[in-house]
Amino acid sequence: MKVMAQMGMVMNLDKCIGCHTCSVTCKQAWTNRAGTEYVWFNNVETRPGQGYPRRYEDQETWKGGWTLTNRGNLKLKAGGRVQKLLGIFASPVQPKLADYYEPWTYDYQTLIDAPLGDDFPVARPKSLITGENTKITWSANWDDNLGGSSEMGHLDPIVAKLNASVRRESEEKVRFELEKTFMFYLPRICEHCLNPSCMASCPSGAIYKREEDGIVLVDQDRCRGWRQCITGCPYKKIYFNHKSGKAEKCTFCYPRIEVGLPTVCSETCVGRLRYLGLFLYDADRVTAAAATPDEGDLYEAQLDLLLDPSDPEVIAAARRDGIPDDWMDAARRSPVYALAKTYRVALPLHPEYRTMPMVWYVPPLSPIVDVLSSQGHDAEDRGVLFGAIEALRIPVDYLAELFTAGRTDIITGVLQKLAAMRAYMRDVSLGRDGDPAIPAAVGMSEETLYEMYRLMAIAKYADRYVIPTAHVERAHELEEIGCSLDFDEGPGMYESGPFGEASGRPAPVAVETFNALKQRQTSDTAMTTTAGGELRGRVNLLNWDGNGAPDGLFPGGPPEPGTGATTTEGQR
Amino acid sequence: MSTFLWGVLPYLCVASLVGGTIWRYRYDKFGWTTRSSQLYESRLLRIGSPLFHFGILLVFFGHVGGLVIPESWTEAVGVSEGLYHFNALLFGGLAGVCTLVGILILVYRRRTTGPVFMATTKNDKLMYVFLVAAIVLGLWTTLVSVGAGSEAHNYRETVSPWFRSVFLFRPDVAAMAAAPIQFHIHAIVGMLLFALWPFTRLVHAFTAPLHYLFRPYIVYRSRDRQVSGSRQARPGWSGIGTTDRDRQR
Ligand code: HEM
Ligand code: SF4
Ligand code: SF4
Repeated sequence: MKVMAQMGMVMNLDKCIGCHTCSVTCKQAWTNRAGTEYVWFNNVETRPGQGYPRRYEDQETWKGGWTLTNRGNLKLKAGGRVQKLLGIFASPVQPKLADYYEPWTYDYQTLIDAPLGDDFPVARPKSLITGENTKITWSANWDDNLGGSSEMGHLDPIVAKLNASVRRESEEKVRFELEKTFMFYLPRICEHCLNPSCMASCPSGAIYKREEDGIVLVDQDRCRGWRQCITGCPYKKIYFNHKSGKAEKCTFCYPRIEVGLPTVCSETCVGRLRYLGLFLYDADRVTAAAATPDEGDLYEAQLDLLLDPSDPEVIAAARRDGIPDDWMDAARRSPVYALAKTYRVALPLHPEYRTMPMVWYVPPLSPIVDVLSSQGHDAEDRGVLFGAIEALRIPVDYLAELFTAGRTDIITGVLQKLAAMRAYMRDVSLGRDGDPAIPAAVGMSEETLYEMYRLMAIAKYADRYVIPTAHVERAHELEEIGCSLDFDEGPGMYESGPFGEASGRPAPVAVETFNALKQRQTSDTAMTTTAGGELRGRVNLLNWDGNGAPDGLFPGGPPEPGTGATTTEGQR
Repeated sequence: MSTFLWGVLPYLCVASLVGGTIWRYRYDKFGWTTRSSQLYESRLLRIGSPLFHFGILLVFFGHVGGLVIPESWTEAVGVSEGLYHFNALLFGGLAGVCTLVGILILVYRRRTTGPVFMATTKNDKLMYVFLVAAIVLGLWTTLVSVGAGSEAHNYRETVSPWFRSVFLFRPDVAAMAAAPIQFHIHAIVGMLLFALWPFTRLVHAFTAPLHYLFRPYIVYRSRDRQVSGSRQARPGWSGIGTTDRDRQR
């Protein structure tokens, strides 16, 4: 046994209101730079829906993740090492910008500058890539709130799979008529997998997993832009920065985690649905677990990897493997361990990709509750709920394809626990005695059910985030602080080195962000405004940090008397 | 003039190549990338790039064969001058044509695809001028040789000895000076291309990721120097960072 610690996240999907606050704050923090305009480390998808990038879940097309060889060994779906090297000169399967979307801004200046005339001036959309006029045809969440309308629903790879599967008779196709629709939101970040296929695809070996907390990062000094990791990740959560020519990904906000703060997406989540904490896992068994023959057993195999931090044997092994005692304590209080393993209500996203993802999801009961209440049923009655979970096959099948590789029994079990919690707590909050038969029906005690309710429904800040800090005695050597101490003034983010955009020595993230901010606050020009006043790489409302006055975001000052550059004939 | 071109310039270029590469590796690891443009355009790239790259790699090995291996060695194993030249012209010519077609597709793509053109720096343009020139001139020497048939100039008696002598620090200026003009121009452009190499995106070729074939799939790294994960650290794959784990003990 080799005990390692992993920072994990759980999201309780029932609470997500699809407000995209997490995406926007994440973008502000990490990807508001030229080269990453199209990049959303955190995105929120409406399901059913195609997702971002479009149809990324269709691995027959995108070849992400792992498969098994005939002999039962793990193999990258995109091919072995030799095959990958032969295809390196032009990746055989590589999402194009159009598969994400072409980022744009608007030419707001014309609204102010246009000469007086009969027509209203129009702010035309301009591509942030080329600066040319563009037509907006797609975005990162184009099908937001559509919940798979009849026009686009069939494009969801999971709907397509369900419709094709033998389990479903023809007349029972997943339809998108109003009375049968269901919909929920799925926020996604990098899964910080235990068996990451992005890492395995990287020819340079630039992607690594941190031993201390399992966060998966790209070494920007070693990445050479071979862009194989983008194909490798089945969740398409590695992005190519087209300015710097390097891969970038969600960092799990490691500079915050190291000092005990939650990630930006968690901290700002409006629904307060994200949980952060430690998992302990057995690193020696990861490969074997990921090679479990039957896809349906992968969830259990993944659960088996998680070690019980209260088990004396595990504690001894953890001490041997150098895990500090305060981390063990944090692991025992970990909300993510409780949700995933103790209560077994959190499930991994797409275990069938065999990457052992470490961002877990509590599947939503709301699609079922919504249907019930719209039909006038009592959606908090146990009998009604349990019956509906059995009867409403389509949402259950859909969730099973997302979280359990098709195992509906597991999904049903989890949904029943959530339903039991609802029904039991209704009695309690109405001042009646709780009915012990309800928790018993889902194999739980009244106490456990109540604790689960505290964690999931009350969800106090201190219970949601249990983040052990990196060690105090190491504090002066943390990646962030350590670098910045001996760092004077590196090249700012938007300056160009001699070899094009962003060459030269990299700056530590904090220093870089600080410099960029300072630069923007103290200069009048936007990030990369060029002499010709192009809109390429320009600041728009999304990537503006509220400071400074980038060109084009605000109208210019009053014209100098006499020049009349922006004054029209009529006004004179 | 000959002394400068064949006795001094080679050393200047080697100095630039070696010194520049070391300097760039130390100063600009972050800028060391292919700067892939596949995100913008994939269709033409998927034809042009493999054609060009496989071609240029063949051309590279051809040059190694022709310049480094002395004629006496190939004759010793029974390859006659005529047979050698036939092969060199056939395969060299084929590889050269692939390379040229490939790079023409790439240049065309660069010029006509809006985003790719906008991502092209001055540095890239300069590099392309020298690269295309070197390839075209190289094919020209091949064509002249084919045209001349059996009378073709045997560069393995002029260019190759000079090339080897450069590395022995006794440049055989006279041998190179005796080669025809097309070889002179090709060699000069080639040398300049190498002098420029470390300062362009071409550096990506120096980090060709052959070690991918041998490295473990999963990479653990630590802020601490201590080794972890179930796998033994291999040379070159040891952790980066600090020493506090050690101190903690
Ligand atoms: C043997 C190792 C090499 C590898 C693995 C390699 C790989 C690559 C890759 C991945 C790209 C990016 C293509 C894209 O997505 O846009 C590229 C571009 C390029 N490579 Fe290489 N390369 C190698 C050697 C060379 C050599 C020896 C040369 C030239 C003498 C060269 C010249 C170029 C040029 C000019 C481009 C830019 C193509 C364009 O986008 O116009 N490469 N290479
Ligand atoms: S989800 Fe994250 S860790 Fe997993 S394969 Fe993708 S990029 Fe790598
Ligand atoms: S901030 Fe929270 S509630 Fe809003 S979309 Fe993101 S995860 Fe959902």
